Amino acid sequence: MKALQVRRNVARLGLARVASALAPSAAVRVGPLEHASIDPPELPGPGWHRVNPRLAGICGSDLSMIEGHASAYFDDWVSFPFVPGHEVVGTLDDGSRVVLEPVLGHEARGFQPPFPGAAPGDGDDYAHLATGPLEPGIQTGFCCSTGGGWSSELVAHETQLHRIGDDVPDARAVLVEPLAGGIHAALKAHASPSVRAAIAPIVAVLGAGTMGLAAIAGLLRYCPGVRVVVGARYPHQQREARRLGAHEVVPAGELVRAVRRLAGCHLVGDHLSSGAHATIDAVGSEQSLADALRITRPRGRVVMMGMPAEVTVDLTGLWHRETELVGAYTYGTETMPDGSTARTFHLALAVAEAIEAERWLSATYPLADHVDAIAHAAAAGPRRAIKIAFDLRRDV
Amino acid sequence: MPRPGFVLDVDRSTPPTLVWRGEGMSLERLPADRSRVIYAPEPLAAIDDIDGAIRRALLEPMDQDPLPVQLFPGMKLTIAFDDISLPLPKMRRPDVRQRVIEAVLDLAAEAGVDDVHLIAALALHRRMTESELRHALGDRVYDAFEPRGTLYQHDAEDPDNLTFIGATPEGEEVEINKRAAESDLLVYVNINLVAMDGGWKSTATGLASYRSLRHHHNPATMEASHSFMDQHRSELHKSNWRMGKVLVDAGVKVFQIETTLNTDTFPTPFEFLSKREWEWTAKDRGAYLGTAKSLSLAPTRLARKIFHSIEAPHQMTSVQAGDVEAVHKRTTEHVYAQQLVEVQGQTDVLTMGIPYICPYNVHSIMNPILVMCTGLGYFFNMYRGRPLVREGGVVIMFHPTQPDFHPVHHPSYLDFFEQVLVDTTDPHEMSKKWEERYATDEWYRHLYRTSYAYHGVHPFYMWYWGSHGMRHCGRVIIVGGDPAAVRRLGFVPASTLDDALEIAADVVGRSPTVTHLHTPPIVMADVR
Repeated sequence: MKALQVRRNVARLGLARVASALAPSAAVRVGPLEHASIDPPELPGPGWHRVNPRLAGICGSDLSMIEGHASAYFDDWVSFPFVPGHEVVGTLDDGSRVVLEPVLGHEARGFQPPFPGAAPGDGDDYAHLATGPLEPGIQTGFCCSTGGGWSSELVAHETQLHRIGDDVPDARAVLVEPLAGGIHAALKAHASPSVRAAIAPIVAVLGAGTMGLAAIAGLLRYCPGVRVVVGARYPHQQREARRLGAHEVVPAGELVRAVRRLAGCHLVGDHLSSGAHATIDAVGSEQSLADALRITRPRGRVVMMGMPAEVTVDLTGLWHRETELVGAYTYGTETMPDGSTARTFHLALAVAEAIEAERWLSATYPLADHVDAIAHAAAAGPRRAIKIAFDLRRDV
Repeated sequence: MPRPGFVLDVDRSTPPTLVWRGEGMSLERLPADRSRVIYAPEPLAAIDDIDGAIRRALLEPMDQDPLPVQLFPGMKLTIAFDDISLPLPKMRRPDVRQRVIEAVLDLAAEAGVDDVHLIAALALHRRMTESELRHALGDRVYDAFEPRGTLYQHDAEDPDNLTFIGATPEGEEVEINKRAAESDLLVYVNINLVAMDGGWKSTATGLASYRSLRHHHNPATMEASHSFMDQHRSELHKSNWRMGKVLVDAGVKVFQIETTLNTDTFPTPFEFLSKREWEWTAKDRGAYLGTAKSLSLAPTRLARKIFHSIEAPHQMTSVQAGDVEAVHKRTTEHVYAQQLVEVQGQTDVLTMGIPYICPYNVHSIMNPILVMCTGLGYFFNMYRGRPLVREGGVVIMFHPTQPDFHPVHHPSYLDFFEQVLVDTTDPHEMSKKWEERYATDEWYRHLYRTSYAYHGVHPFYMWYWGSHGMRHCGRVIIVGGDPAAVRRLGFVPASTLDDALEIAADVVGRSPTVTHLHTPPIVMADVR
């Protein structure tokens, strides 16, 4: 079958890193990603299904890996060669359509779940991700045993599959996974003691690409009473954040002042004296992390949703302000503001319908045009796009 | 003998006209046979013996006893003075305020008065720095009073040092500086750069609180002032005068000293800026070319520094003291004598170059809100009778209008630009929806009181200042302005004067009459 595949090749990763400074397309051409004919993955055992991807999104973490910016942290948590692609809507052999929950959880890897009914992402011991019958891999799209969405076939465990009805278009379904990630971050922000203690808490969102918008959608649907203020770099992102119902949307460079006005606090040096009760960093850069720390009030929470890799940040403010810095990688079983529990993917399916998430799918490409596709995804903001995906429904 | 102001009809032989563009300038050719240029009168002669004239004014005041008669041992004497917003540009040392205050202090000393406070009448303006105070008052006064804590700046947010005096029949609350109100005598030292300055505005505005100022610094008052410079048709003036009556009735005793300056605005090598272009010598032309070219190449920050270092050679043309209203009447005559130019009829298009400075950006940045205020608030209002531009006509300004804000002086301006103007440019709507939030913002209040920031509400006042002009004009165009910033102001950007006239065509037709206000130096049109 045809697939886009990443091989471990340190030299090509280095070249991609250098070339990405010039243009994303250059990084694709010289980097570790190749368009190849490979054998479909084997079914690992009972409970596994063949999935033929229909649409597979291009995520920021995919771009980071292709451009050679991914952290060395992942060296022991992924297995090469792998087929990227974890934002997937596909078809099973019986013709039913599914959305993939890509985390390769305990049950998929033959381990007991941490609790009955656990989602793949639950648990507090990640040993299963690097051991067991499958090769290491934090999720589908980074594991050589399962294949990935950027191909015509992958394998997925029953626990990873969410069947969807005929009324859910592919273009909506492919956004469910990123929406789940954003909702998870939103609920993490809302779980902050600072937010819980406030009557009308302020939650700031840095960045309004797909993940930022997903977090905004999650905040507005599942976190009652929050005032959402968004710093978005591009006008189309600002428009979409407003359409979702964010209370204040400003250009990214104005976010500090917008939060200050909303909080009614002082600006002391380059930090707000108070600020947002929680901040979701949907960018994941050195600058965005520093900004998030500046605008979050003492004892507030910064939720890192964007993948930061290696950054240098002055954490004196974090120490002094006793800021909580928490990550938000994925999804699982959520504790809702009213104390009930829910699966993030179920929440995401509902949000996808409510906001007509298919509007976010800006362009699709066949695998053969992967250079253009990745260049488009890497420049989604300036090119007025939100989500770029591969379309596997045609010949690949 | 200085020549009076002049209205030049532009024909094909008329040389191009000098136009200010912030920290730059250009020569613009106005449409022939339907354009005119209004030139300021030449600077009036300065008083020969300035110190003697000041002393005479204090000893022979108008409708009041001589100052020495009003001074006695044990009294509380407060001397308030105009702040950094006047004059423009700052004048060479010694500043008029220094000369007048030294004369008052000499008399106070002779009378044995030792409880003397000096207060900079800031209203809601930024505090002055030490060097700015020294420039205005001189080192001798500064060193004698500041270390003892008897030279300070009015704080409109200090409840302990404000006194509520009463209200006018119209319900306007009068609350002013406590020390000034409770003194046996308040001496107010003015520089009356334009006709609006001085009178009861000195005390009722310069020493007032936000609670008091909001009664006349609002869209309704500003829109109904036609113009600010014509006290008979200025609601702003009338409101201040009503407040003045409240002060008098409450027993606040004011000895008003008002001074006027000539329009000798620019020193060597910038004299060409005050000249009429057809009278430029080869040296003037060379100076223009050298200046314009250097400024276009210089970083804005450097150009700004050069301009703000200019100290004007203007000199005093009159000084009068005594009763507020009697003094102000005479002062206004002197201002008009220097600035007024008779102009026949209105125009379809009024053009104006916005210079690098206005009252609110001394040693600072002319941000977009101040561009609007200078154009529609000040220059548009430099008229008596009727506005220079007809109702529904077009104003064309020249200015780069970069979204550039001084972080220390104008913090609330930046928020106003980013938050309020995004929402509305309607003065009435923003007044209802946003003003109070900015006026009571604790951070702005803190910066106004302890740093060098204009009050949080100040950008609103600047916007209201232009509300009459905004309502009157059919369109406002800024040539050379940053397009996004210009649009944020609600105006239309244009790259050249020709483009601007093209844009104006659907409002005023293809052959509109054009009038260019050649200022600075300051000029005021008496429109018949």
